[in-house]
Amino acid sequence: MPEQRVVEPEYLILEAPRERKFITGSQAFAEAVKRANVDVAIAYPITPQSETMHLVGDLYAQGYVKDYYRAEEEYGAMSAIAGAVRGGARAFTATSGPGLLRGLEAIASWPGHRIPAVLGIMTRVVNAPLSIQPDNVEIAYLLNAGLIVLHAENQQDVFDFTLAGFVISEKVDVYLPVVVATEGFFVTHAKGYVDLPPEDMKLPPRDPYKAPVPPTDCEIPPARIQRDAPVQKSNFMSYLIHAVWQQEVWSANRRAAKWIKHYLGGLIEVVNPDAEVFIVASGCAAAQGREAQRYATMEGLNVGLVKIKSLRPFPTNELREVLKNAKAVIVPEHNIVGWLAKEVKAAIPNSGIVVDGPRVYGGMTLPVELIMDEIYKAFGIKKEKKTVV
Amino acid sequence: MGLEYVRISPGFEKYMPRDYVDLVKYGPFGKQVDVMQMGQFKELVEEHPMCAGCYMAYFIRVFYAALPNPEDTIVLGTAGCARLALSQAAVPFIYGNYGDTNAVASGLKRALSIRFPDKVKDVVVIAGDGGLIDIGFGMTMHSWFRREKFTTIMVDNEVYGNTGGQESGMSPKGIQLKMAPLGKKFDKINAVELAKTAGCVYVARISPTNPKRIAKTIRRAILAARHFGPTFIHAYTSCNIEYSIPTREVLADARKREKQDFKFYEWMTDEVKEFFEELERKEKQEVKK
Ligand SMILES: Cc1ncc(C[n+]2csc(CCOP(=O)(O)OP(=O)(O)O)c2C)c(N)n1
Ligand code: SF4
Repeated sequence: MPEQRVVEPEYLILEAPRERKFITGSQAFAEAVKRANVDVAIAYPITPQSETMHLVGDLYAQGYVKDYYRAEEEYGAMSAIAGAVRGGARAFTATSGPGLLRGLEAIASWPGHRIPAVLGIMTRVVNAPLSIQPDNVEIAYLLNAGLIVLHAENQQDVFDFTLAGFVISEKVDVYLPVVVATEGFFVTHAKGYVDLPPEDMKLPPRDPYKAPVPPTDCEIPPARIQRDAPVQKSNFMSYLIHAVWQQEVWSANRRAAKWIKHYLGGLIEVVNPDAEVFIVASGCAAAQGREAQRYATMEGLNVGLVKIKSLRPFPTNELREVLKNAKAVIVPEHNIVGWLAKEVKAAIPNSGIVVDGPRVYGGMTLPVELIMDEIYKAFGIKKEKKTVV
Repeated sequence: MGLEYVRISPGFEKYMPRDYVDLVKYGPFGKQVDVMQMGQFKELVEEHPMCAGCYMAYFIRVFYAALPNPEDTIVLGTAGCARLALSQAAVPFIYGNYGDTNAVASGLKRALSIRFPDKVKDVVVIAGDGGLIDIGFGMTMHSWFRREKFTTIMVDNEVYGNTGGQESGMSPKGIQLKMAPLGKKFDKINAVELAKTAGCVYVARISPTNPKRIAKTIRRAILAARHFGPTFIHAYTSCNIEYSIPTREVLADARKREKQDFKFYEWMTDEVKEFFEELERKEKQEVKK
C-alpha cells in the first residue's frame, strides 16, 4: 500500500490529474473506497454485490480501511453501520436486491438517525421467481426513505458518485446517507474506462464534530444527551417531534442538491437541449438512451437525452425547464413498475407527453431498438421494423 | 463522557439547570458509588414512565448505580419496556430498531476502538427477552461468536411487556399468554448456556434480590467485556402487570424464583477469573492502606 496523503475533497474530486484505467464497476467502487479514508466496512455476500465487498476486504487487508468484517446478514450489517457511524466512523457497505430489502428497516432509519454513510446498491431482481439479474425495481423502495439516491450509468459514474458521496453525506447541512445504485452485472461485472485520481491521495478523515447531530462517543457535553428521547414522553410529543424531524430530513435531502451540482456537475446531464423529443433515463437505461439519441440524430431526428444522476433529491425544477417545449418524453426503464416514469409525470405540468416505457424486467437487456420504436412513434414515422446494431 | 466534558465551565453554574448541576456535584461521575447508598446521591435515572412497582425499573436503577465508569459509558436499548427508563438516564443512550442492539453495539464499539484506542469506553446493551432472544437472536448470537467486547444484559420478564403481554421465547412452557391461547408449547430458552457456548467470557444469571450482588455482577460483566470479550447477564425482572404480581409481592416473587430456577449463577473463563482475583486483591490492599 502506498503512503496516502490527505488532500482536500475539492482537489481530489475536481482538480487532481486523472489516469485512464479499464476496470469493472466493482473495481470502480473499490477504487473510490480506497481514496475515501474509510474507517469501517461491513460486508454480507450477495450476487452481484459480492465482488465489490471482496475488493474492499482486500483494501482492509492492505491497510486502506481500518476495520472490516463479514456480518451475520444484511439487517445486522446495516444496523452495525449505524452503530459505527454514530460512534464517529466513516463507513461503507453495499448490497443487492433481496439483501437491500432484508436490511431495509435499518436503512430506512438511517436518515432519521442522521447517519452519513455510503451504501452501494448493485441491482438485482427481488420477488419470485428467483433471478440474480439486474432488474432495478428495488430502487423504488429506496426513494421514500430520506436517503440521497444517486444512479450511476457506468463505471466512471460509480467511481465519481461514490467518492463524492462520502463528502456530500458528511456536509453539515446534509448529514444523510448516500446511496450509489448501479445495475448489477451490466456495470459491476463489465469493464469501462474510468479516469482515476492518484491512489496515493485520500480524503480528509471524517470529523464527527462538524455535525448537526453529535456522535455518541462520550466526548461532548451535555451529560444528558438523549435524556428526553421524544417518543417516551407522550404521544403528542412523539407526533410533533417525529413530524418536524422528518421535515428537516427532507429539507436536508433537498439541500444536498447544491453539493451534487458542485461535485458531480448537476442532478441531470442534458444532451441536445433544443430537442423536440427527449429520452429521460437513469442508470444503464441512460446508456441505452444515449445510443438511441445518437442513432436518431444520425437519422436527422431532433432527439435529446436527459440523464438523471440524482433520484433523491429529484431534479423537478431542472426537468421542468428542460422539458418545457418537448412534444414527447420517452422513459426507458429496467423494471416492471416504471418508477421513473411516475416520477417524471409527477414533476412536469403536462404529464400527458410522457411515454411510459419502453421497459424490460427480470434483468433483461434493454435493446436500443425498443427506444427507437418509441422515437419513431413520437415523430409519427411509420417504419417497417428497422434493426439498428 | 470524558469527565472533562461533564464539568460545567466556571461561571456557568448559575445558568445550568439545577438538575444538571446536582448531577455533576452529587452524581456518580468520576467516582464509584455504593448501591447501598442509593437515595443519598444524585442518581443517573430518576423519573421514568415505567409501571409503578415494576421490578425491571428497579433493576435499571441499580444498573445505573453500578456502572464502573458512567462518564464513558454508552447504553443501547431497543423497543420494549426497559427503554422507557433507559432513555431518561444521564448516560448517552442509543435506540435503533427492535432487536438490533447487538449489531449496532458491534459497529459502535469498533468505531470507538478505532477513534479512542487508549481510552476506556464501555458499551452496554440492556434489552428485553423478546429483543435479544427472539427478534434479535441472530445478532445477539453473532456478536458473541465474533467476540465483540461489550456487555449484554437481558432483562427477562418472560413476556412481551411493551406490546401488551404476548408469549416470548423466554416465557415458561405451558403458560397462557396472548398469542399463546392454549399455553406456550415449548420450553424457556436456555440463554445462559447459549451465551457460554457462543463465546461469552463472563456469564451470570441473577434474580434481583440483593442489590449489592446485582451491582457486583454488573460491574464484573462490564470490566470483563472491556478487557476480554463479550459478557452476558440474564436477569429475572418480573412484569407485575402481565403476570399479575401485586407490587408489594414483587420481591417475594423474585425470592421464590431465585429458589426455583433463577439461583444465582456465575461462570467465567480462567483468564477472567484470574483478572478479578488480581483486581480484588489490589482493592483489598487499597482499603488496608
Ligand atoms: C420490527 C418490529 N417488530 C415489532 C415491534 C413491536 N414491538 C415493540 S416492543 C415489542 C416487545 C417487547 O418485548 P421484550 O423485548 O420482551 O421487552 P419487554 O417490553 O417485555 O421489556 C414488540 C414486539 C417493533 N417495534 N418493531
Ligand atoms: S409492562 Fe411489565 S415490564 Fe413493562 S413497565 Fe409495566 S410492569 Fe414493567
